[in-house]
Amino acid sequence: MTNEFILGLPLYLTFALSIIVILVDTFSNKNKKVLYYYSIISYLAIIAAGFYIVSLPIDSFANIDKASLFTKGMVNYGGFANLFDIIFAVGGLLTIFAGLPYLKKEFDDYKEFYTLVLFSVFGMMLIAHANHLIMIFLGIEVMSVTFYVLSGFIRNRISAVEAALKYFLLGAFSTGFLLYGMAMTYGATKTMYLDQIQQMIVAGTFDITFLKIGFALITVGLSFKIAAFPFHQWAADVYHGAPTVVSGFMSTAGKAAALAAFILIGKSMLPLIPSDLTTDIAVATHKYVGDAQMIIAIISAVTMLFGNILALIQKNVKRMLAYSSIAHAGYLLMGIVSNNANGWSGIIFYSAAYMFMQIGAFIVVSILEKNEKFLNLEDYSGISKKYPFLAAMMAMFMFSLVGLPPFAGFPGKYVLFAAAIESGFTWLAIVAVVSTIISLYFYIGLVIYMYFKDADSIEVESNPGTASVTLILSAIFVLVLGVFPGYLIDFAVKLF
Amino acid sequence: MTALLITLFLPLIGAILLLLAGNNTKIIKYTALGVSVVTFIVSLFLYFSFDQANPEFQFVFESVWITQFDAGFRIGIDGMSLLLVLLTTLISPIAILSSFDAIKKREKEYYFMVLILQFAMTGVFVALDLFLFYIFWEIILIPMYFIIGIWGGKNRIYAAVKFFIFTAVGSLFMLVAIVWVAHYAGTYITNHPGGFTSNYLVLRDITKMIPLDIQNWLFWAFALSFFIKVPLFPVHTWLPDAHTDAPTPGSVILASILLKMGTYGLIRFNLELFPVASIEFSSIISALAVIGIIYGALVAMIQTDFKRLVAYTSVSHLGFVVLGIFSMTLNGIQGAIIQMVNHGLSTGLLFLCVGFLYERRHTRLISEYGGVAKVMPHFSVIFGIAMFASIGLPGLNGFIGEFLTLQGAMQSKILNNPWFTVFGTSGVILAAVYLLWMYQRVMYGTIDNPQNLQLKDLKTSEYIMTIPLIIFIVWIGVYPNTFLNISDVSAKKTVNKIEMIKFNRQPYELPTMNNKIDNNNLENSK
Repeated sequence: MTNEFILGLPLYLTFALSIIVILVDTFSNKNKKVLYYYSIISYLAIIAAGFYIVSLPIDSFANIDKASLFTKGMVNYGGFANLFDIIFAVGGLLTIFAGLPYLKKEFDDYKEFYTLVLFSVFGMMLIAHANHLIMIFLGIEVMSVTFYVLSGFIRNRISAVEAALKYFLLGAFSTGFLLYGMAMTYGATKTMYLDQIQQMIVAGTFDITFLKIGFALITVGLSFKIAAFPFHQWAADVYHGAPTVVSGFMSTAGKAAALAAFILIGKSMLPLIPSDLTTDIAVATHKYVGDAQMIIAIISAVTMLFGNILALIQKNVKRMLAYSSIAHAGYLLMGIVSNNANGWSGIIFYSAAYMFMQIGAFIVVSILEKNEKFLNLEDYSGISKKYPFLAAMMAMFMFSLVGLPPFAGFPGKYVLFAAAIESGFTWLAIVAVVSTIISLYFYIGLVIYMYFKDADSIEVESNPGTASVTLILSAIFVLVLGVFPGYLIDFAVKLF
Repeated sequence: MTALLITLFLPLIGAILLLLAGNNTKIIKYTALGVSVVTFIVSLFLYFSFDQANPEFQFVFESVWITQFDAGFRIGIDGMSLLLVLLTTLISPIAILSSFDAIKKREKEYYFMVLILQFAMTGVFVALDLFLFYIFWEIILIPMYFIIGIWGGKNRIYAAVKFFIFTAVGSLFMLVAIVWVAHYAGTYITNHPGGFTSNYLVLRDITKMIPLDIQNWLFWAFALSFFIKVPLFPVHTWLPDAHTDAPTPGSVILASILLKMGTYGLIRFNLELFPVASIEFSSIISALAVIGIIYGALVAMIQTDFKRLVAYTSVSHLGFVVLGIFSMTLNGIQGAIIQMVNHGLSTGLLFLCVGFLYERRHTRLISEYGGVAKVMPHFSVIFGIAMFASIGLPGLNGFIGEFLTLQGAMQSKILNNPWFTVFGTSGVILAAVYLLWMYQRVMYGTIDNPQNLQLKDLKTSEYIMTIPLIIFIVWIGVYPNTFLNISDVSAKKTVNKIEMIKFNRQPYELPTMNNKIDNNNLENSK
């Protein structure tokens, strides 16, 4: 079955590498940098594998006899999961580059950091590749558990411990919802394979009440993972308390992974019912899909408004980014609401774009902070004079987060708006616009401090080290995705 | 086509070159100036190879950008865009030259921003795709925000934020409208495989199939964005702040070119895409325009700061442009187009003159001056020309534009109400009052303030900036046909479209040209 391992190369490679990393860790006690280089090479290999798989023709994944595979079809090969593989691996790479100088400065260069990040990347990939509810659950748990540890990584810092504990308790609680929802879905459709669930629903052989409950509970569980209203309360504290590089990673790659799960769930549990079917169950299913879309639309609308309004009043840059990441979860949910190829490819594009700009912004914060100081807006006064590079990068990420062209945030928003309008949710696009207007003020506000205000003395110290690699990579991709969005969008659409 | 691409991209390339250049201020300055002068020369080729009899877009270049959404890099110009592109390429080097004295810090970033600004402004006037248009439209915000915010005056932060938020708010609603139009046209009309199209050349022929009530909403979504930029009363409040606190070159660019983007958009998108809604709302908008004319003039009269005074004249003068546009007659639209150019030239010159004085004295209060004409005789002549052009003295350019727009409003069967013209004309009289009064207080009288005795007359570089503007001001005033002819057929085409809908007739006969690209698009759309 070499073929199977080739088709799932990024996934299996990540799995192998994350097992080996433990061994490497054990046998490299003296040299702390071994793991750092090991991680970099791993991510580059995974990214290369991802691009190799993406370059394969789409139909090479079409005729696989799933029952003959050793995964028994529980794992998907091909399709949009490969794009997510690349996104997650790039996210890990960006985090590692920035993590080294940050951990040296703030704590100590503990090696477990690299192991944990690699593990979480594996968990995320597992989610994206899942074709079985249990696989989604497994992936989410692998990812979440590493996140619990990572957010409390600086263990002698109270805020970090608080973040970890809060995240863990609420996360464990929400996992219950997720699992219960999966059980209900199983009860409704007598299968846990996502493709079979879809077939059952389209064929009308399922119990709609249980399915509704199942979908609602899964939505609650996933909403928690992407920090959507009203399950967002943990997000600000966790992103604020966690090490800044980890916040960047969690709020982007982690969010993208949860959305990948949402795409899978949406595809299988909210299928398109041909409108010419007039059986009772078809009509009922049609209504259920419509209702589900509407509920997610409301969650999406409230999430973006709420996140941006709360971000508006923050004085702390890190906390502001944390709240704004809630709002971005709302934007991303528009893709789930629209429940069509444009929406899903919009999520892929926006996740990629969002990852570069949000990680970039968090990394700038991580470079400038010191022992939880220098995080306030005032501390950024006039830094464009002392650190023109950092300020220019930050300004670019801010403009991109607002969604101004020619940066990556703009085409991302365009696609999501287009998908929402296409599926009849014009009002949601208008809410998104209103919340973007709210967000203008605080994103631009940071630029005001950096460029327009002068400080008597700039106390902030900066020693970016290898974090500048992250910044430069992020900046390049924010520009490239912004100016040439067509390649990714056109490619992603074909995968659905 | 190549000339158009070069005109568009040369400033961008120049901006990137500046980033690579070292920190030698002199090299940076002259590179920026050189790039914009070369761009101007290239844009002259556009003028000479432009076929004025052809009603279609020319120099069209198309390249699909996002296949799924049929969003493309589509550019091309007609008569109206040609005039505005030429205005942009003319004003930009002048603004850059005036920056040599006005900008004393962070030069590299500054000239980078100005060149990016020029790139985006040209892009707005040549874009033939709603997606592309929106991109250029929004890119402008960033450099202008920095130019006001970093190099501006005392209240620069307030002004910059206000400018940014006002414009961004308007344009975000336009974005929803653009996506909506693209979706509706792509899914229900042209059956594009991705379900979207934002190709302007296709859209302008098919938007009439959009349900009328939705057309009204779309009209307002576009119009709000453009009205804010124009700026039309009552969404004009960002303008005085932005103008007053921007550095001189920033004000020049803002007044001369940025405001024209709004009026350009009104003709290009509102009139062309949503003619029914334009006809329906023409009276309300014309009323707002007339209120703007009078209000702007009255507020200008009581200003003590002469830069703010000039800023309010823009509110007043752009009212004429909007009135002309929504009269929807040939004279009105031709007048509006020529008035856009006029306002660019004369207000640009006024801001330059204000800047000359400000650099010498570092105050903008009218009361600080008096008798300046005695120490600066040459300056007083140039300032006088700018002022008379702005007032609309026959023989100078302002007269032509104001006359045509008012005549158009009078003739208009759509407005069908002479009172717009009657009240609008009072703006001309008021303009004479506030500008002449300001000129008298600054230039004549005795020199009360001893500091004014030391003022030096104009330098060579200041002549170089002002003379080209004066040449065009007089040229348009004496023989406007050179410029009116350029936009003649494109204005006729727009009027034909409107008249066809309202009165079912086409008053102007247009030469039929075979424009390949246009035909192809029509076939695709079927």
